Amino acid sequence: MYEGLDLNTIWFVLVGVLLAGYAVLDGFDLGVGALHLFVKGDTNRRLMINSIGPVWDGNEVWLVTGGGAIFAAFPHVYATVFSAFYPAIMLILVGIIFRAVAIEFRSKGESVRWRQNWDIAFSISSILISLLFGIALGNIIQGIPVGADKEAYISFMSLINPYSLMLGVTTVALFMMHGSIYAAMKTEGELQDQIRTWINNTIIFFVICYITVTMYTLIYLEHMVVVFRQNPEYFLLALLNMLAIANIPREIYKKREHLAFLSSSFSILALLGLFALGMFPNFVPSTIDPEYSLTAFNSASSRKTLEVMFTMALIGIPFVLAYTISIYWVFRGKVKLNEMSY
Amino acid sequence: MDVELLSRIQFAFTIMFHYIYPPMSIGIGILLIFMEGMYLKTKNPMYHNMTRFWVKIFALTFAMGVATGIVMEFEFGTNWSTYSRFVGDVFGSALAAEGIFAFFLESGFLAILVFGWDKVGPKMHFFSTIMVALGAHLSAVWIVVANSWMQTPAGYKIVGEGLMARAEITDFWAMVFNPSSVERLSHTIGGAWITGAFLVISVSAYYIIKNKHLDMAKASFKIALLFLAMASFLQLFTGHSSAVQVGEYQPAKLAAFEGHYNTAPGDLYLAGWVFDDEEKVIGIKIPGMLSFLMYYDNAKPVKGLNEFDRKDRPPVNIVFQTYHLMVAIGMFFIAYSILALFLLWQGKLFSYKWFMQLSIFSVVLPHIANQVGWISAEVGRQPWIVYNLMRTSDGLSKVVSAENVLFSLILFTLIYILLFILFIFLLDKKIKVGPEHKNIETSTKQFIEA
Ligand code: HDD
Ligand code: HEM
Ligand code: HEM
Repeated sequence: MYEGLDLNTIWFVLVGVLLAGYAVLDGFDLGVGALHLFVKGDTNRRLMINSIGPVWDGNEVWLVTGGGAIFAAFPHVYATVFSAFYPAIMLILVGIIFRAVAIEFRSKGESVRWRQNWDIAFSISSILISLLFGIALGNIIQGIPVGADKEAYISFMSLINPYSLMLGVTTVALFMMHGSIYAAMKTEGELQDQIRTWINNTIIFFVICYITVTMYTLIYLEHMVVVFRQNPEYFLLALLNMLAIANIPREIYKKREHLAFLSSSFSILALLGLFALGMFPNFVPSTIDPEYSLTAFNSASSRKTLEVMFTMALIGIPFVLAYTISIYWVFRGKVKLNEMSY
Repeated sequence: MDVELLSRIQFAFTIMFHYIYPPMSIGIGILLIFMEGMYLKTKNPMYHNMTRFWVKIFALTFAMGVATGIVMEFEFGTNWSTYSRFVGDVFGSALAAEGIFAFFLESGFLAILVFGWDKVGPKMHFFSTIMVALGAHLSAVWIVVANSWMQTPAGYKIVGEGLMARAEITDFWAMVFNPSSVERLSHTIGGAWITGAFLVISVSAYYIIKNKHLDMAKASFKIALLFLAMASFLQLFTGHSSAVQVGEYQPAKLAAFEGHYNTAPGDLYLAGWVFDDEEKVIGIKIPGMLSFLMYYDNAKPVKGLNEFDRKDRPPVNIVFQTYHLMVAIGMFFIAYSILALFLLWQGKLFSYKWFMQLSIFSVVLPHIANQVGWISAEVGRQPWIVYNLMRTSDGLSKVVSAENVLFSLILFTLIYILLFILFIFLLDKKIKVGPEHKNIETSTKQFIEA
């Protein structure tokens, strides 16, 4: 089946698409969570949570499916990365658990203490998840000590290094920017005015982080830059990314929040695109010997499985897009509270 | 403690905690179709209130299911990475299918089910309810298929040798319809239906005793009862075909179910205790019944545990006890259903306080049956993680230390205890508050005023 198609590359791209979908979609609800504690007043906080209420769970499914796709298409990547990052993954899971129940539980109690505690849980877990994903990404970009047996031993402390921390903070900043734009799009009146004032701050915060990370990458991480030197046209993507970010304040000023949101979504996609171009065909570069790096070719499942999964993707993706678009369509417009709300 | 033991405890603990919620979601999900369907047919606002009330309970169990399910998805990579390398080709595709075909469907339409009452018309809302229930069932399909492949592998070949050996798919549909998938899936789903039905029965019985929301409580009780009666009989039937299937493909497990050591005609124990060192069982038994159930011939020999090396046998007593507890509870459900249907026919279903009390407290029984059912199936598979192909001790992550697992195990234990207490607290609160007695007009008016 699928004669002549390079399914390994196709699956590299499809895994990328799933994770990018996760970053763009869950990115904004993590961002809303990260900003949550800055919002004053119970009704305003309820509005914030309800702005993501109908969609956050569906957004998280992109991660679940991405995880499943890596397991099926690139089992060695799944096995190596998840066991090597064990403590970090466990903390991410704790974050995900607390976030889900905080959203569901907060509205179920009336006391101020109860609500405040869940507000804190919601916000801290959102920040923790974003930070840890950034840290994981930072380590992957730098490479980890993958050996000939495809296993990597790393201690938790060595996961925390300047570059990975920088990427962690950048991710938080990016999601805060993305989330504040989303929140501005979904709210109105006094709350929206409050949020609009934060957008510029989050943009500045993100741009500073972004420039620092880019400089560091260009100077110290030779292997990420090679492909751009060979294919200068790839720089176009970086340029478009800058334009998209620059476009955000303009759209906000003109009160076209939805266009600002499209810009920041595009910017996330462009960032991940640049990252994927820099990495390909590697998933996980080895710091011991480049020969040991886990790639789309030496870590994949059998051709048969890639074919079966490709068929599933061809059948499933149209459905997934259809549900996603219809849900966002049904819940378009400004968020309102009613008795079924959180 | 070593990594193996800790990882097994952690896996068992997290999956058992997860498995408290999905059966409720699956079971309530399907009952919601009946409730909302009745509303659409009769336009009686009572059914509307009923549906809305159970949607709220559904949302709560669903959130717990999601929060704990994501842990499972990643645990294969974190704790069982050697296993993941070995089975990724086969097992991973089922897990990915679950995401793409089930979770997206479920989470998408859930939004409409919970928040969409005044965003879409009644027909579209009903459609969403059906889709959510379908999604919940589909997720059970794929995960049980994956698990059944570990019990009775099929449609694969082994490539590579020693540490580099991997299972690769040769025939996708043979993998999906492996010898135990159909029996185990129908049995698991039956268990979930019983769980959902008993939750509805229990809450309704509570209202009846408290003399609250009587119309709704009685109507819900009847809907759930008919469903329970059907599911209980189904469960006996699918359980029996599961046992036959186990006898054929996992004879050591079947022998452990009944503590059957020597190859000879098999007896069926009603209850007993296994003395593994002496290789005997003390208890009440029906001679020859096991052989009869397997082959419809009570003189035909059944393979005993002694045909297997000690190192290839599961821990017998745990499997024996959990299996018998499940069957006993299953028999109780059948007796309960018959009694309740009889009372219904006599018009006395709600007349006896003791029967209502029994109905309230029976809510925990399906949960116990589900848990011990899984324990007997999974512990009965030991010492294999993939039956006859890979041992559990070989499936571990090589790079994860015992301290790491101990740390995460303690973390999960604390968090899950906290969550469980809060879950019960909130469930109790929702039940005490009960359904709102409003019709649609007033609720929309309130919403405009708010
Ligand atoms: C898709 C796979 C899958 C599914 C659906 C389940 N399990 Fe399982 N189970 C495993 C895959 C697995 C495993 C990965 O294969 C384990 C981990 C270690 C082992 O020996 O098998 C296991 C072990 C394991 C053990 C420990 C057995 C032992 O170590 O002796 C228990 C008690 C359970 N499981 C219980 C359950 C419950 C209550 C489930 C209900 C949902 C369940 N399992 C579903
Ligand atoms: C080891 C095995 C399992 C894994 C890896 C697993 C994985 C998951 C994940 C990741 C979720 C959250 C998805 C979301 O965000 O919506 C979930 C929820 C769910 N799982 Fe599991 N699961 C396992 C066992 C089971 C079993 C045995 C069943 C049913 C028979 C089941 C049925 C469900 C259902 C119905 C949900 C939706 C949430 C809910 O209804 O509570 N799962 N599972
Ligand atoms: C009525 C008598 C019953 C019989 C004869 C029976 C039989 C069985 C057998 C033989 C298995 C093992 C299947 C395997 O290892 O592949 C099993 C597993 C299981 N049982 Fe039952 N069972 C009964 C009742 C119940 C009830 C009432 C429930 C729940 C409400 C239940 C829930 C389960 C679950 C969740 C499993 C694990 C999943 C599986 O392996 O299918 N069972 N049962």
